[in-house]
Amino acid sequence: MKQNDIKRLSLYLLFAPFALWITLLIVLPHLGMLYISLREKVAPRVYEFGFANYINFFNEPIYWNTLLRTGSMSLLVTVLALLLGFPIAYYIAKIAGHRTRGALFLMCLIPLWVSDLIRAFGWILLLRETGVISSGLQWAGLINAPIEFLYNDATVIVGLVYTVILFMIVPLVSTLDGMDDSMIEAGYNLGGNGPTVLRRIIIPYAMPGIVSGCIVVFMLTAGSYLTPILLGGKNSSWFTEQIYDQFITRYNWESGAAFGFVLLAFTSLVIWIGLKLSGQTLNSTVARS
Amino acid sequence: MQSTTENDLECIEVKKHFGSVRAVDDVSFDIPKGSFFSILGPSGCGKTTLMRMIAGFEQPSSGDIRIKGRSVIGTPPNKRNVKMVFQHLALFPMMNVYENIAYGLRCAGATRDVIRTKVHDVLARISLPDVANREISQLSGGQKQRIAIARCMVLDPDVLLLDEPLGALDLKLREAMKIELKLLQHQFDTTFVYITHDQSEALVMSDNVAIMDKGKFVQIGTPQELYHNPAAAFVAGFVGDTNRWAGRVTRVENGAVEVETEAGLFMRGSVRGAGAPSIGDLVNAFVRPEFIRAEKSGAAAQKIDAGHNVIEGKIDSILFNGANSRVLVRDRAGELIEADVVLTGGTEDLKPKDDVTLSWRAEQTMSFLA
Repeated sequence: MKQNDIKRLSLYLLFAPFALWITLLIVLPHLGMLYISLREKVAPRVYEFGFANYINFFNEPIYWNTLLRTGSMSLLVTVLALLLGFPIAYYIAKIAGHRTRGALFLMCLIPLWVSDLIRAFGWILLLRETGVISSGLQWAGLINAPIEFLYNDATVIVGLVYTVILFMIVPLVSTLDGMDDSMIEAGYNLGGNGPTVLRRIIIPYAMPGIVSGCIVVFMLTAGSYLTPILLGGKNSSWFTEQIYDQFITRYNWESGAAFGFVLLAFTSLVIWIGLKLSGQTLNSTVARS
Repeated sequence: MQSTTENDLECIEVKKHFGSVRAVDDVSFDIPKGSFFSILGPSGCGKTTLMRMIAGFEQPSSGDIRIKGRSVIGTPPNKRNVKMVFQHLALFPMMNVYENIAYGLRCAGATRDVIRTKVHDVLARISLPDVANREISQLSGGQKQRIAIARCMVLDPDVLLLDEPLGALDLKLREAMKIELKLLQHQFDTTFVYITHDQSEALVMSDNVAIMDKGKFVQIGTPQELYHNPAAAFVAGFVGDTNRWAGRVTRVENGAVEVETEAGLFMRGSVRGAGAPSIGDLVNAFVRPEFIRAEKSGAAAQKIDAGHNVIEGKIDSILFNGANSRVLVRDRAGELIEADVVLTGGTEDLKPKDDVTLSWRAEQTMSFLA
């Protein structure tokens, strides 16, 4: 009896920090936001319960266009990160020797030691009109006037891929690492050529890692703020910027909160569709890696 | 190059070097059509490398490998008609049984109908007709084993390579699978090349066994030949259980020798292997436990023929294992000698501390020049 009580107490104590973190920092703020988002401002300091903030979002094309743009660009970033990350992960997990594997993995991690902000400024140094690339090209005689590489969609996408690719590589390496090399050899032995083995064996095997990486990368990209703002400037029209405007510039917390929930619902929907299409579940992907 | 023989697989002076390490050193053999051939050797002897070269995952440094008389050097693994059952089977966990077996046929470009008939046909032949829609994780160890074989056999390979596929199974299942593999080989009538370090697997199943050590083939022969007429001390020591003595030759007479062991025992034996020993040479002498008769001292003395070796000793312990029971006898010199005995459970059985007389025919002592 007493032994049992101690066990239970220690379990509660161990669970407490996690429970506090979830309730105080995630559940409560979101409940507060939900409450705010459902308030309609009818007069100064007079509020009514209603969906006006959400209806407002759908009535204003600029809002949902920004959301769709953010969504589609995030998908593009996810696809690019996957296409770039998969060969890297495959090399680290399957081709590199034991010692180089650790070094390569570390090299992937090093950019994380520098803050997002600093890394974005690094890109600015490289890409701005008077930056390294522009002046380098001028010096080489390839162009005769400085070029502004910043403030366009391509730059935003490059910057975002760079920021998030690590989160694609890590789960991919861990799933590919768990794959027995003889599985690939068996694929060849039974008559498959390179593309067949990749398509029928390696990719299906790595699917949980692929989906898990894509979910994380998509979420991070759609919710990112710094990189689109700094590299894309005002042209980037990222949805998080819209939310920031509502909260800070227009001081319209009700509308900002509603936008936040719209973004959450939208990304969740995209991920749900992705899971359905790939035949995976959250349990088999994110929970496992 | 066209070969005149009916061999499914030939290796001619195959060598493989990894840097200065000779993993496979000058190995030649040929395997006749439809036979069960085992390559038996301790771990690290190069047998896996040899098999990977046959499958095409490694290229030999020199030499030739021919399948059905055609050299396959330079042919990529997916173009060779050699299929392989991997050590951990390497069934594809993301596909069900049907898809696993169909994979190879799909790669070969078979039509949907052909695939369906062939898959069901092969499943029937391995007597698992109802598992087509199961997931791999739902199969038992023995079933996985058979699916892995079926996945290869459905492609009608010239040679099937098996890389210690029984290693992961528990003892009981392993015994059953040995017999089953032999039956499957008969049924499919395909050449099986079986790699193992487990001598009993090799002896039970094979038509021919090659003993491999340090990258070289020491002896190729039927299991009986290897067991009763080993060509080298390594084979005598590796295949089957044996008592082993190191000693010096004290007398030589046409094909027979007398050996004094390091502990001072004298025994007569037959000369085996290469080279003729002369007096004073160092030799290794091997006697298999089942050839040694252990009887209580006194009672047995008169029955022993003149041509026998006789050693007196005391039973140290009894290793009871049903029909394979064995006694450990400590001789006067203090060494332990193993001898097989029949224990009936009656009062006549040997017991520890009994004085016993060990005897065996002189030619059962296999002596090899050290």
